[in-house]
Amino acid sequence: MTETPVWQPSASQAALESRAQQLAFVRGFFASRKVMEVETPVLARHGVTDLNLDGVSADVSAVGQRGGWLQTSPEYHMKRLLAAGSGPIYQVSKVFRNGERGRRHNPEFSLLEWYRVGFDDIELMAEVSDLVCGWLDCPRPRQRSYRDAVKAWANFDPFEISDHDLARICEQWLEPEQLAGLGRDGCLDLVMSFAVEPNLGRGHPEFITGYPASQAALARVSRVDGHDMAHRFELYIDGLELCNGYWELADANEQRQRFEADNRLRRRSGKPEMTVDEAFLAAMAAGLPDCAGVALGLDRLLMLKLGAEDISEVLAFPFERA
Amino acid sequence: MASYSTNEFRSGLKVLLDGDPCIMLDNEFVKPGKGQAFNRVKLRNLMTNRVWERTFKSGESLEAADVIDQDMEYLYTDGEFWHFMLTDGSFEQYPADAKAVGDTVKWLKEQDVYTVTLYNGAPLTVTPPNFVELEVVDTDPGMKGDTAQGGSKPATLSTGAVVNVPLFITIGEVLKVDTRSGEYVSRVKSS
Repeated sequence: MTETPVWQPSASQAALESRAQQLAFVRGFFASRKVMEVETPVLARHGVTDLNLDGVSADVSAVGQRGGWLQTSPEYHMKRLLAAGSGPIYQVSKVFRNGERGRRHNPEFSLLEWYRVGFDDIELMAEVSDLVCGWLDCPRPRQRSYRDAVKAWANFDPFEISDHDLARICEQWLEPEQLAGLGRDGCLDLVMSFAVEPNLGRGHPEFITGYPASQAALARVSRVDGHDMAHRFELYIDGLELCNGYWELADANEQRQRFEADNRLRRRSGKPEMTVDEAFLAAMAAGLPDCAGVALGLDRLLMLKLGAEDISEVLAFPFERA
Repeated sequence: MASYSTNEFRSGLKVLLDGDPCIMLDNEFVKPGKGQAFNRVKLRNLMTNRVWERTFKSGESLEAADVIDQDMEYLYTDGEFWHFMLTDGSFEQYPADAKAVGDTVKWLKEQDVYTVTLYNGAPLTVTPPNFVELEVVDTDPGMKGDTAQGGSKPATLSTGAVVNVPLFITIGEVLKVDTRSGEYVSRVKSS
C-alpha cells in the first residue's frame, strides 16, 4: 500500500507565528532573569535507564565509537554543566521518545528545560508560574498533593491502599491477566491517566506535588506524614500535563542505585538494559550544586495558548508528515 | 499469523479480539509524565457490530485478523446462500449466508457490485454501495398536479425494499435510493 505524501504543514500560519512569538517570549524571560542559554548534545553516547522512557537509537560511527542515542531530555548534560560551575542555565531543545504518538504526543518534541542553583521545588514552582502565566495570561496555579488529587478523583489513598485493592480498582480498565505484569506504579499510572489527570487544572491551573518515592526519578525524597514523598511537581492546565520538575537529587551513590534499580525493572519487563552514563555520575560525585530543575513541553504550552486539541495543530510537521 | 503491537495501532486496523475480528475505530495514546503508557482503543466487532472499548499497556499486541474487503458482483440466490463473484477477472465465486447478507438483502440486484468483507476467506458482511437504482414494482397510482411539494407514499422496489416516495412516482419508474438511510433521492431518467 502506498500513501500519498502530504507536503503542507499541519499547523496553521497563525500557529507557526505564535510559536515564533513564544520562543521570543521564553528567551526574553530568561534574559531578564540572567539565566544563561546553553546547548548540549541531542545525539549522545548514552540513553536513559528509565523504565517508561524509550530513546531513539542512532547508528553513529565516529572516532572508533559506534551507536548513540537521541536524547529524551538534556538533563544529564545540563547537570554536568551545573557541576562544572555554569550557574543557572536554560535550554530549548528537540528531544525524542520512541513509540509516543497521540493527541498530546509526538516522537520528537520541543522541550524547555531549566535549572536554578540554590532553588528548591517551591521556589521553582513560583518561577514556572511566572513564565507560564506571563505567556498564557492565566490565574496563578494552586498546589495540590498527589495524594489529595488521587483521593479526590479516584476515592482512595495512594499511600495506604494495598496492592490487592489497587489491582481491583484497575480491573475497570484492564483484564486480570493484563494487570499481572503491571506492578504498583503501573497501576497508579493507570488510575492517574484515566481517572485523575483529565480532571486536573480544570478552570484553574494546579501543581501536583509529593509523588510517591517510587516515582521520584531524579528528585530528592523526604518523609512526610510517615510516607516517603518525592520533591517532584507537575503542572496541569485543563487536564494537560505541562511540566515536570524536581528539587534535584545531588547524591551520586543514591543516583547510581536508582539507575541499577531501573535496569532491574527493565530486565524484568523484557526491555534491554541501558548502559549507565558514567560521565553524568562522575559529575554528580564531583558535586552537583543544590538546585531545582524543570522540563516544560513547549508544544503543549502552545496548544494551551491557541486552544488546540491536537498537538498536530501546533507542529509544522508531525511524525506522519515529517 | 502477523500481530500488531501498541505502537502500530491506528484506526482501520483489523485485529482479533476475544476470538472475533474487529476493526479499530479510534486509538488514543495516554502516558502520564514519567509513567507507563497505555492505548485506549475503540473497536467494532465485525461479527456482532458492537463497539468495544479496551485498554492496552504499551508493548502488548493483538493478532491481525485475516479480513479483507473485495468488490464482488451479486449473481443469484438459491434460497440458502447469496452468490457473489469477484470482479477482478478471476470469476471466483463466494456464497454468503443470511447472517453475512443481513439487511443488505433488500438492496441486492443482480449484476450490481457490492463490497464483500471476507474473514478467513468466507463472506462476513456484504455492504451495498451508498446509492442504488431500483425499479418500482408496486405503489398507489400517481396523483396529478403534485410534483413539487408535500406528501409521500410507500413504494415497493424490485428487490422487495419499501421506501417512501413522492406522490407522483408510478410503477415502472427507476429510483435512486440512499442505502444508508433507506431514503428516496431522485428519479432516474430511463434511457
